[in-house]
Amino acid sequence: MSTDVYERIRSNPKFAELVTKRTRFAVGLSILVLVIFYGFILVVAFAPTLLAKPLWTGAATTIAVPIGAGIIWFFWLLIGYYIYRANRDFDGINADIVKEAMK
Amino acid sequence: MRGSLRSGVSVLALAAWTSCTLAAPAAGEIQEQPLNVHAIVMFLIFVAATLGITYWAAKRTRTASDYYAAGGAITGTQNGLAIAGDYMSAATLLGITGLVYSKGYDGFIYGIAFFACWPIIMFLMAERLRNLGRFTFADITSYRLDQRKVRTMAAIGSLAVVVFYLIAQMVGAGQLIKLLFGLPYWLAVVVVGVMMVIYVTYGGMLATSWVQIIKACLLLGGGTIVLGLAMSQFGFNFETLAAKAVSVHKDGLKIMAPGNMLADPINAVGLGLGVMFGTAGLPHILMRFFTVPNARQARKSVFVATFCIGFFFCVVSLMGLSAIVIVGQNPAYFEGGNIAGTMIGGTNMPALHLAHAVGGNLLLGFLAAVAFATILAVVSGLALAGASALSHDIYANAIKLGKVSEGAEVRVSKMSSLGLGVLAVLLGILFENLNVAFTVGLAFGIAASCNFPVLFLSMYWKGLTTRGAVAGGLVGLISAVAIVVFSQAVWVTVLGNAKPLFPYEQPAIFSMPLAFFVCWLVSKLDTSAQAAKERAAFEDQYVRAQTGFGAAGAVSR
Repeated sequence: MSTDVYERIRSNPKFAELVTKRTRFAVGLSILVLVIFYGFILVVAFAPTLLAKPLWTGAATTIAVPIGAGIIWFFWLLIGYYIYRANRDFDGINADIVKEAMK
Repeated sequence: MRGSLRSGVSVLALAAWTSCTLAAPAAGEIQEQPLNVHAIVMFLIFVAATLGITYWAAKRTRTASDYYAAGGAITGTQNGLAIAGDYMSAATLLGITGLVYSKGYDGFIYGIAFFACWPIIMFLMAERLRNLGRFTFADITSYRLDQRKVRTMAAIGSLAVVVFYLIAQMVGAGQLIKLLFGLPYWLAVVVVGVMMVIYVTYGGMLATSWVQIIKACLLLGGGTIVLGLAMSQFGFNFETLAAKAVSVHKDGLKIMAPGNMLADPINAVGLGLGVMFGTAGLPHILMRFFTVPNARQARKSVFVATFCIGFFFCVVSLMGLSAIVIVGQNPAYFEGGNIAGTMIGGTNMPALHLAHAVGGNLLLGFLAAVAFATILAVVSGLALAGASALSHDIYANAIKLGKVSEGAEVRVSKMSSLGLGVLAVLLGILFENLNVAFTVGLAFGIAASCNFPVLFLSMYWKGLTTRGAVAGGLVGLISAVAIVVFSQAVWVTVLGNAKPLFPYEQPAIFSMPLAFFVCWLVSKLDTSAQAAKERAAFEDQYVRAQTGFGAAGAVSR
């Protein structure tokens, strides 16, 4: 808990690297999510007929159905991808940084 | 099996379980049988099981950390189910099904909006919450700011969200139970209040978590069974279902695409913002991140929770679509047998009618019991969050400045949950005949405009000072409340005025940016020595947020 340890962590170049990498990754994914979601909302608000196209000629199912479900499950996959990267890449560096600071 | 016999039986059965409602037609001719035995038996089993768990949890709840955060010993998977349990309320089950039933695709858009907050919470908040928090989210906002002022501010925000959300849940519970179980409204509200207080005071976070986990499993299982039986009528083919739904629904093909519900862009984006950032500011959801041992388990929680939530939104949307065909064409579910008229029990009923149509009284009873259990679980989570704000933030830290024994703090929390239980019951009874639909929007609006901006900036912006946080939080709270009060939902629907003073329903699009702006402006203008100290303290907080070093309970497991 001591400030010394925090100071040592902060001065470790690996910390800066971890923070930059992870932040870039997280912010990138967040922007992707925001663009998709608000893009979808704006299409709903301004051009709902775009989503009213039938999936094939004569079908009652419109493209809105797979797009909507696709948004949910694509977001879920992104969450999974974030966790995969965090477990594989970030946790190890994180543990190293803390270990080095405790020495 | 589903021949003419079914419709004959279902008319009788339906008459039996709805005869308690005032609106039931020709009630005099039908033998009064107001109690739904299946539902009550199944609900009692749920109550017995959860009370057993509460007893077990009470024996394991000794310290403040046990009480508020289940000792940080909930696993990622368990917590994921519990988060899903907190998030999938009866309103989602009944409301989204009802919305898809009447509006089609528009209802599904709500589901998508309620889902879209989760990736953002995952990428930007979950790990930091776990690394910085202990019992309440105010632990994070007050980490380097003035304990007294910022905690009080956060507690007010939490309590406002909790109370408005509780009102919606209590009134919904009372009406639902009156309809489903044949119990009087006041009794239903009292039962919910008493159960909630028992779970929270005796079992703390451990019991509350398990109530959520069981309820999440029941809800997912129940929904899946109902949907499976319904889809079997369409050969498990979505296009067959969609074609039939389109052919019988009064709006025809329009139900398969966005309609007019979200045609106003300000309201559409406002809804998106309110739901997305409101969820990220709901105290009972945030609190769940403190129950897992480390950031890795926090991530896993979100993965499991979002799977359940995404699956559930797809299930309820499909249930709504199936109900268009299965329920909407069956006169037994309409007052006077007129399928163009009013549905028995109102617009929230398609899910339950569907359960009855595909699985008879047994499945109806099961789903009704699940809906009741769902309400109990959600109010328990809310009550624990509210009680924690009162005891941990207001009493222990703002009043006693942290100089208080754990025992005393937990005692205050238990008394607070009792107080909240009494308040919830009273408000539930008081608002019985009020249209309380606005309270959920208000709760999300306050969460997005008061809790979220302060929480987010405290984690991400070095420049935030006490003055900025308090000013921004208050402005967000007041503006969100004002917008909702002056909008259609309260000014016209509740207060009976002719025209709303404010044309938009969704507060977050205005009040959230305003709160952020005030936080920023006041912090920038704050040149006090205190502010300089607070900015300097960000560095250590930042390291802890990033690495988890020094996080509460992080070393033990």
